[in-house]
Amino acid sequence: MTGVARYAAERNLPGCLYAWPVPATVPRGRVAAIRTADALALPGVHAVLTHENAPRTREPDDPILAVLQNDRVPHRGWQVALVVADTLEGARAGAEALDITYETAAHDAVLTADHDGLYTPETANGGYPAVRERGDVDRAFAAAPVQVDATYTIGPLHNHPMEPHATTALWSQDGRLTLYDSSQGATKVRDSLATVFGLRPDQVTVVSQHVGGGFGSKGTPRPQAVLAAMAALHTGRPVELAMPRRHMAAVVGHRAPTVQRVRLGASSDGTLTSVAHEISTHTSTVKEFVEQAAVPARVMYGSAHSRTVHRVAALDVPSPSWMRAPGEAPGMYALESAMDELASALGLDPVELRLRNDPAAEPDSGKPFSSRNLAACLRDGAARFGWNDRDPRPAVRREGPLLLGTGVAAATYPVYAAASHASAHAAPDGSYRIAVNATDIGTGARTVLAQIAAHVLETPVENVTVDIGDSDLPDAPLAGGSSGTASWGWSVHKAATALVERLGESSGPLPAAGVTVTADTTDETAEESPHARHAFGAHFAEVAVDSRTGEVRVRRMLGVFAAGHILNSRTGRSQFIGGMTMGLGMALTESSSLDPVFGDFTESDLASYHVPACADVTGLEAYWIDEDDPHLNPMGSKGIGEIGIVGAAAALGNAFHHATGVRLRTLPLAPDRVLSALR
Amino acid sequence: MEPTSRGRSGEGEGRAAGDRSTLTLNINGTDHTLTLDHRTTVLDTLRLHLGLTGAKKGCDHGQCGACTVLVDGRRANSCLLLAVAQDGARITTVEGLAADDRLHPLQEAFLERDALQCGYCTPGQICSGIGVLGEAQDGFPSHATAPTAPVTGPVALDAAEIRERMSGNLCRCGAYPRIVEAIGDVAS
Repeated sequence: MTGVARYAAERNLPGCLYAWPVPATVPRGRVAAIRTADALALPGVHAVLTHENAPRTREPDDPILAVLQNDRVPHRGWQVALVVADTLEGARAGAEALDITYETAAHDAVLTADHDGLYTPETANGGYPAVRERGDVDRAFAAAPVQVDATYTIGPLHNHPMEPHATTALWSQDGRLTLYDSSQGATKVRDSLATVFGLRPDQVTVVSQHVGGGFGSKGTPRPQAVLAAMAALHTGRPVELAMPRRHMAAVVGHRAPTVQRVRLGASSDGTLTSVAHEISTHTSTVKEFVEQAAVPARVMYGSAHSRTVHRVAALDVPSPSWMRAPGEAPGMYALESAMDELASALGLDPVELRLRNDPAAEPDSGKPFSSRNLAACLRDGAARFGWNDRDPRPAVRREGPLLLGTGVAAATYPVYAAASHASAHAAPDGSYRIAVNATDIGTGARTVLAQIAAHVLETPVENVTVDIGDSDLPDAPLAGGSSGTASWGWSVHKAATALVERLGESSGPLPAAGVTVTADTTDETAEESPHARHAFGAHFAEVAVDSRTGEVRVRRMLGVFAAGHILNSRTGRSQFIGGMTMGLGMALTESSSLDPVFGDFTESDLASYHVPACADVTGLEAYWIDEDDPHLNPMGSKGIGEIGIVGAAAALGNAFHHATGVRLRTLPLAPDRVLSALR
Repeated sequence: MEPTSRGRSGEGEGRAAGDRSTLTLNINGTDHTLTLDHRTTVLDTLRLHLGLTGAKKGCDHGQCGACTVLVDGRRANSCLLLAVAQDGARITTVEGLAADDRLHPLQEAFLERDALQCGYCTPGQICSGIGVLGEAQDGFPSHATAPTAPVTGPVALDAAEIRERMSGNLCRCGAYPRIVEAIGDVAS
């Protein structure tokens, strides 16, 4: 707001050096030789780190952190050197001056639905079983009077937080490591970096006080943290490493592409009898990450017969990772598009189809839902949007060259919470201080944690100070899985509750040092719930498709969400709208692909990878149904950071079909694809 | 290098030595005379040489707008400006918008509307928004301006105008609706 908040690469430490990473320029092979003499001869260049001279590290918990440890190039963009100089310009010039030769090997970077390398992993991301089967889905599908069998394709997607991944590292004389890291969870970064450098966790401090977005890509440490720490160790100086935007796609993770086949069988009244959702995706040869896109089909709709399968191929590509609602975002695009196709095949309103298949218990587990208000979201959204007057016929609304249509889709996201620690301190002057190593990546964590504490302490929120974003604070999980507020808030609630009890036990003035209590929610969060716990939502969208240019513009998007008790309407609304905006990008503007020859993302910067701009975002509205769910946590909240993206792309795709009469099953709905389809 | 011909009177004009030059930038009302590498951008000058980290580096390629500052009153992507070519320029960053401890009306409006999430694009959005207000006041048309609009006099900033004019400033958190409202508040 005034420019005083300091992010990771803004510490201006005395004597700080600047580092520029050097990405591999071949898609697979090994570094045969790196000639560093020219680079080192440049003025101001202090060091060139390569696999030959970089500090040896221990085996990391995540293989993407094993940088500069050997000559292997697992994919284009893998970092093979780091140049450290007095100035950023000097480091960059040094990187240009390196002479690197490679031995190359044949590579394969393109996923296909029938790729030879596809295998069935044990689990998908999140620890979900890769395969679940119930009943006899093939027979039930074959016998169904109404069938949909459709395949949906989504290319890779990139998180692209506005703040590039960045770390400033420094070592103290006594061998302690301090990192200012752009991260979603400083406790996790501390532990990972301690492992890598063979330190105890208490020898590492990670500060992530202000973080310019992450959307999953900063959930766990990324290679720049290790590289900056190595460079600081090697030079004995603080080192700042801010990732160049164009390098990011290859090393910070991406949403893996998916090819998703959905088969829905229904009786003629619209009751689903079989649901099969089978996805193929890629991972890298560095590690296995499987986008859990078939998981939401285990939650959404009742059917006697079901199969959900994940298959993955390890290609010579950058390692995929989390991007906002991994699994749910791509999976619900496919499932909710297929539901729309089924509604068309049945001649049934798509809202009504979903209402008819709203199950009382979670189909996969049989557990009762702690709360499930999908139907209320659909009904409320339909009323607000004016859905009930909709003419179901496709391709009949025109405004000159524009074709208009509306669409609906459902949303879901699981409820997660992880163990967290917090402390609560009462000072003699009546103020309170909460400490928890939470991270605010733009969600308003400080605000909501202060609110939670103030509510328990029965004090105005202005009396509560919240310290977050430093691994020397009580350990806490990362901002991910839409679980931050639940996890941190639970421990803050517990600490504040204990503080109230402690203060109630004594009378008279507080000691000069105040009173501090701590809390740990390991036990509470480890309890297996007898309930299936998920947030739900419904998206309604209206698009205008320009039949001359192929451009699809959003006229309105309206989301209604049921996510427990919404703790802060102001920041909560921003989370929903932000998720919907990213869903708009997924549907209409964000396109990335792996070049078969170069083995790299062809759209690696913000000029070629189009995140939604201000002019793309019109008429977005978010509403919610406040739920009173006693089976969640003391605040009664479900996570809201991700559900806004889930289903948004399907609602837009379904609106596109309603506008044009054409089904496009590949995202994004970009002009070239649209024009070809309309002709 | 000769100073630009935009009427600036740089303190150190023309004093070049090999790959460095001495030049003066007026930043937030204060003259700073610096000897800089010719490769140094205005953005890196602010962030790395002057400790003014309010202007953000999002892409370093003029694609995201996070580095937007005002140069002689007009908005510019500071990552695309070489400092050596800006000798004598008057630069305003987000740190220089508040006057006498009072926030600029657009900063107030951003707070009031909660027009931000992670905050990283925010300094650029605010500087860009101030640029938009000035451009509209001076009658600059945009793609959203009606072809029939008078060519002299201020352009009225409705939501469509603001969205169009602010589309050079990306926000991945999706705070756009509130940003448009905040600028609209100040425009009216």
